[in-house]
Amino acid sequence: MARPHSVRHQRGFTFVALLCFFLLYLPMATMVVFAFNAGNTLGDLDGFSLRWFRAAWQNDQIVEALLRSLTVAPVAACLATVAATMAALATTRTTPYRGLAAKVAFLNQPLVVPEIVTAVALLVVFARIKVWTGYTGLGYLIAAHTAFCIPFAYLPIRARLETMDLSLERAAADLYARPWAVFRWITLPLLWPGILAGFMLAFVVSLDDVVITEFIKSAGQETLPTYMLGQLRRNVTPEMNAISTVFLAISVAVVSLFFLLNRKKT
Amino acid sequence: MAAAAPAIEVLDLAKSFGEARALDGVSVSIGENEFFTLLGPSGCGKTTLLRMIAGFDFPDAGEIRLHGRDIAGQPPFARPVNTVFQNYALFPHMTVAQNIGFGLEMQGKRHTEIAARVDAMLALVRMEALRERRTSQLSGGQQQRVALARALAPQPRVLLLDEPLSALDLKLRKEMQGELKRLQLETGITFIFVTHDQEEALTMSDRVAVMSGGRILQVGTPREIYDSPRDRFVADFIGEANFLAGEIAGIEGQHARVRLAAGGTVEAGLPAGLAPNGRATVFVRPEHAELRADGGDFRGKLDRVVYFGTDTHLHIRLADGSDFVLRQQNSPGGHFGLDPGAEVAVAFKPGAARVLRD
Repeated sequence: MARPHSVRHQRGFTFVALLCFFLLYLPMATMVVFAFNAGNTLGDLDGFSLRWFRAAWQNDQIVEALLRSLTVAPVAACLATVAATMAALATTRTTPYRGLAAKVAFLNQPLVVPEIVTAVALLVVFARIKVWTGYTGLGYLIAAHTAFCIPFAYLPIRARLETMDLSLERAAADLYARPWAVFRWITLPLLWPGILAGFMLAFVVSLDDVVITEFIKSAGQETLPTYMLGQLRRNVTPEMNAISTVFLAISVAVVSLFFLLNRKKT
Repeated sequence: MAAAAPAIEVLDLAKSFGEARALDGVSVSIGENEFFTLLGPSGCGKTTLLRMIAGFDFPDAGEIRLHGRDIAGQPPFARPVNTVFQNYALFPHMTVAQNIGFGLEMQGKRHTEIAARVDAMLALVRMEALRERRTSQLSGGQQQRVALARALAPQPRVLLLDEPLSALDLKLRKEMQGELKRLQLETGITFIFVTHDQEEALTMSDRVAVMSGGRILQVGTPREIYDSPRDRFVADFIGEANFLAGEIAGIEGQHARVRLAAGGTVEAGLPAGLAPNGRATVFVRPEHAELRADGGDFRGKLDRVVYFGTDTHLHIRLADGSDFVLRQQNSPGGHFGLDPGAEVAVAFKPGAARVLRD
């Protein structure tokens, strides 16, 4: 189809596009290549080897941190998605009232307040609670991750809800569906792509978090990012590259899974 | 037509949105098996009334009785009333059959019964071949049929139709008008149809309620509404009309003699309960008047002649400066003999002229 005003015909379009892709992906490609380095340094490539993957896999601290990350992220993402779905329904399925915008702003607080401030605030509060209750488990990390993941899950869900035709829910109610049935058979299936997108975003954001986790984790509660940050203070080996590559693979897997699930739905 | 117990009885219904009065004391009684149309311009309250019968909105005051029982406070899922939406509101994640079966499913009907009923509905709207299609793969007319089948499947007592034809092109709209009428006759369900299109209202309805400003101005058969409008708004909204200023010269029973400002005195019917004196407006349809060689009720000067295919519109300038439009049926090969500027005489057909409430 001829599209006379397509930006593709702009002079230099291809060059700029390729440059952007290059800048985005070249560092990642370099990192992945060096993860397979047989040598000991990050600077020189000495042939292909899986030794750094093996080394990482045999490092108990790394495996433990990875497992912790893979516990906190899905649990926090699930909780955040449920909360975000309810929040999105409550803020769109209502006639606008005074204070609604303020509510939405409060909900999105983690997006605008510097993360370090939230981290310090949580540290102060959680330290108190730890003294009172004696509990030092993963609950703090999960609660904190859930809280800052909510806005990331909320935004795509709300966007989806806003484009959804309200008369569909009305039609279902007209056809004898009680409120719960309307949600189960109409709202939820139509909202599902938004919920998946929200979950995915929340999952990746949680997986990636350093600042808040670093502040509030109890002794020995390293997640993969905080472990890696800790390693920077010692000597950096291609083991870091190997871990990052695995990390990248997990993120890509989650995103791909999302696209596949979404394609089937619509 | 109107059976012993009305299907829907609306009593003194009122609703305001902030300052705006959407419904201002509406009362109407709609009979069993009736094709009843709510007609009016946008903002007249017709859609608000429909939404309240469906249960999507609740009145500030008044009652809505379904077979004698007040349902005004019930949620939509508790009312045996179904709606065909203006945009159809078909569920995009379901097939045609799943859409049609949804209401029965929610009523907890058995699967064999649902399947049989869905088949019957598909046959009723002639869509058997598209059973397993997604609704996004359907044309506008097909979506319209699915929406009808879906609303009819649970056998509601009353079917509400919210401007269902407005999204269709002209040809399809004509076809669906006939289709709707057929469905209503075949199912025997009371249809309440909302439209702003006077032609739709006239061609399909058993009775029409003309609404304006949150009130019902007149209820009657299409012929009553068209031939004997009670006030100027109804006369103007439906079809075309001439309004002539005049003065009452005398009243005999249901007729008044009116001296027109444009000269001449005419006989005009009086709406029941109207006993005007002094100034009055006389109404006559363009096709209810004819040209005379001489005599006639009044005279004027031919201003413009506009050919319309089936008929010709003659614009006549009267002595008081007002315009009068007269419609003449065309016959093959014939041509209109008068030129603009010619002096003409106009006569009303018997019973054509009526005095209006302003």
